[in-house]
Amino acid sequence: MGRALAVFIWVMTILSVWMFLSGNWWFPAAISEHGPAYDRQFLLTIAVVGVAFAAAQVALGYAVWRYRDTGDGTRAVYSHGNNRMEIIWTVVTAAIFITLALLGQRVWYSLHMTPAPANASQVRVLAQQFQWNFHYPGADGKFGRTDPAKISDETINYIGLDASDPAAADDAVVQTLVTEVNRPVSMILMARDVTHSFWVPPLRFKQDAVPGLEVPVHFTANKTGRYEIACAELCGQQHYKMRSYMLVLPKDEYDALMALPQAQFQARVTELYKKYPVTY
Amino acid sequence: MAEADNESEFEHEQHAAAHHHEPPHSFIRKYIFSIDHKVIGIQYLLLALFSVLIGMIMSVLMRMNMTWPGHAWPILGTLFPTGAPGGVMSPEFYLSLVTMHGTMMVFFVLTTAPQGGFGNYFLPIQIGADDMAFPVLNMLSFWVTFVGLVVLCAAIFASGNGVLGPTGGWTGYPPLSAIGHLLNVPGQGMGLNLWVISIAIFCVASLLGALNFITTLLNLRTRGMSLMRMPLTCWAWFTTAVLALLSFPVLLAAGILLLLDHNAGTSFFVPSGLSNGTTLIDHAGGSPILWQHLFWFFGHPEVYIAILPGMGATSHILSTFARKPIFGYRAMVFAMFAIGLLGFFVWGHHMFISGMSPWTGMAFSVLTLSIGVPSAIKTFNWLGTLWGARIRFTTPMLFALGFVSLFVAGGITGLVLGQSSLDLSMHDTYFVPGHFHLVMGVAAIFGMFAGTYFWFPKMFGRMMDERIGRLHFWPTIIGVYAIFIPMHAMGLVGLPRRYSQFWEVTNGKIEFIYHFNEPTHPLIVFVTWAAILTAIAQVLFVFNFFWSMFKGKKASDNPWEATTLEWTTATPPPHDNFGGKVPSVYRGAYEFAVPGAPADYVMQTTPDETDANVAASVSSHQGKGNGHDGHG
Repeated sequence: MGRALAVFIWVMTILSVWMFLSGNWWFPAAISEHGPAYDRQFLLTIAVVGVAFAAAQVALGYAVWRYRDTGDGTRAVYSHGNNRMEIIWTVVTAAIFITLALLGQRVWYSLHMTPAPANASQVRVLAQQFQWNFHYPGADGKFGRTDPAKISDETINYIGLDASDPAAADDAVVQTLVTEVNRPVSMILMARDVTHSFWVPPLRFKQDAVPGLEVPVHFTANKTGRYEIACAELCGQQHYKMRSYMLVLPKDEYDALMALPQAQFQARVTELYKKYPVTY
Repeated sequence: MAEADNESEFEHEQHAAAHHHEPPHSFIRKYIFSIDHKVIGIQYLLLALFSVLIGMIMSVLMRMNMTWPGHAWPILGTLFPTGAPGGVMSPEFYLSLVTMHGTMMVFFVLTTAPQGGFGNYFLPIQIGADDMAFPVLNMLSFWVTFVGLVVLCAAIFASGNGVLGPTGGWTGYPPLSAIGHLLNVPGQGMGLNLWVISIAIFCVASLLGALNFITTLLNLRTRGMSLMRMPLTCWAWFTTAVLALLSFPVLLAAGILLLLDHNAGTSFFVPSGLSNGTTLIDHAGGSPILWQHLFWFFGHPEVYIAILPGMGATSHILSTFARKPIFGYRAMVFAMFAIGLLGFFVWGHHMFISGMSPWTGMAFSVLTLSIGVPSAIKTFNWLGTLWGARIRFTTPMLFALGFVSLFVAGGITGLVLGQSSLDLSMHDTYFVPGHFHLVMGVAAIFGMFAGTYFWFPKMFGRMMDERIGRLHFWPTIIGVYAIFIPMHAMGLVGLPRRYSQFWEVTNGKIEFIYHFNEPTHPLIVFVTWAAILTAIAQVLFVFNFFWSMFKGKKASDNPWEATTLEWTTATPPPHDNFGGKVPSVYRGAYEFAVPGAPADYVMQTTPDETDANVAASVSSHQGKGNGHDGHG
């Protein structure tokens, strides 16, 4: 029984490690400026995790194999422990874990603790059950005023844009996030009913959109294409298909789109969908 | 110091003897409204067994829905004509399964069985007491828990819209929970009310239980049972009770506020400016984040409430069947307390992505990785206990070894999820259910299985069948690894949690809703089959449990050759545990393989005088700081 358990533990360990090393199940290729730094931190962490996991399981399997009761009448070693070993493994584990935690702050800091660069494009995001609304300021660069009391799904005013505000005249509201490749985008994330979460896996970025909060975020996509946006916070029965797309466009196409009047914006986005099939 | 302890405990002995009580004779006082901690412990275990079976069936239904979306299961159509019209589960039906599975498992299984069940039965016996400090309060804790379960089951039937309960997950995040009914989300009306009330009732029951455990352990230890001689199980139950005492009131308060937001128009968790697409929602001034802070201030300690008793049972059982003293007893006790203490300062790691201040994220990240240190210490000490052992592979030992393996496998990925940076991708993917199911789900359940196989003979006077026990162990450990390791890989790909399905089937062709999830398809199917087979294998346990209760081999008083007090009394123990005698304790709980002793174990109650060799051997270790306890 002891040997069977040892073999099981070792086989399970090998299969688990294989699952991560096989490459069949890994992140989609990163498309953001912070993506490579994220991937490096993940690789470092998963290496520590993998080594610790394998070492502990191999040791457990060894002990189970080696120290089974063979019925020869001998007794176990009479020991209550070893203080020096306690100190060694406590200090070593603490050093490794705290180092990981400190190194792990870098990506977070670069995204969340630094202001968006001055050249960033501006988008306001209002999530609702079960769609994403992206609000662009238009040619004047100014967002029109919004008022939750003016929200009306029937008249396709999902964000409550106030038509009486002149700044609103050229604003576009679509269900697609459009960014310019290699240019930072600064988003304000909001939600109008329940909590949602903006998530694009190849972007390595996720942030909740919380009712009552305006969460400022920024990131830079550095590869053109069309990517899927998913909702990552349970928001109701259609949560599983609250899908949108993020279009990362070259500068000329981006500028041309942003110069379009409100009425032509959505049509142009639809055209671009054909040009850019979903990348995954 | 030790002398003074002994004196005060001698007084306690006389006090205890003074209110020695006779067993009740009526069926109702003996088995239903019993104040005997042993009966109450078994009541808790049966309640948890009922809940775990319901929770497990729910999880299998969830797997079936996501793996064969749109498939008609005629029996479901019959049972739930609106939730599964024509036998096809609806997305809201799925989400109600998510909610109820989590609630059942976390509260009525993981919190009740290890603490209310085994703790109730064995804590008083292991410290040599004749009952809990407050037997009537103990009875109330169980029956309040029972009412909580009844109310939760009522939510299954009262939710309407064909769902089995609320659809917002066991975390019940507002505004979805508070105003979901105003957004026409199914299950968020009466179902949500009953769900919150059930949890609030459960909080009260846990508080009563925690007070009782703490008082009992501090006041009712028998003569010679100093704190550092207690079995590690007692330390675990004690630490768990302290955690419960400090965390459940916060959840209780949060639950009451949520109930008010939902029914009375208050706005603790609901801000202004919300809209249902037509009209404004009449709330203002609340914060959804406040709920998350209150919930996780409870929710993270809850993880340790679930796992600490499993750690205690595992330490206890490992030492017993390794035939070797526990390695680093003191380190184990301190690690357990460090986990309990740090457990109150890490709740923010559930909220890195929530919109709270990113500074807090940085602090919680460092604190979270720190809690890995005492967890690692425990693992090292378990390995140290096995090193140089003479392991007897009984069924309880197999499950205890499984606990160690699973605890490492599940706990270690906390290093990934504890980093705010890495949560940018990993949060709310399948990496998270993979992680927490391994560590607080199945590791904790393995602790319970180990405890059941180990203590069953003492509880019911008969052994559980060893062959069926082993037959239960193998598919279970293979199954749980096959279910939860692949979930980590799914999480890397990006598979999100709490999606009722990932693909649509049109004309037999599978079309993923999100293309990025496509690589996970074979894993999803594999995990579902693993889950179904693992669930079926649990029939072996249930059969063994009830069959052995009546037909099992008769157990002797100490069938495992263990050292602690529960093995010194009759099997099953009499109403007052020790038949009117008060046991005296002379040594620590894990004196195995003592050189010169006649057997390879020395009971805690074996007086030094009766065996000069033992006395000499134990005292020869005093120079190394083991003291009279026999612990280093």
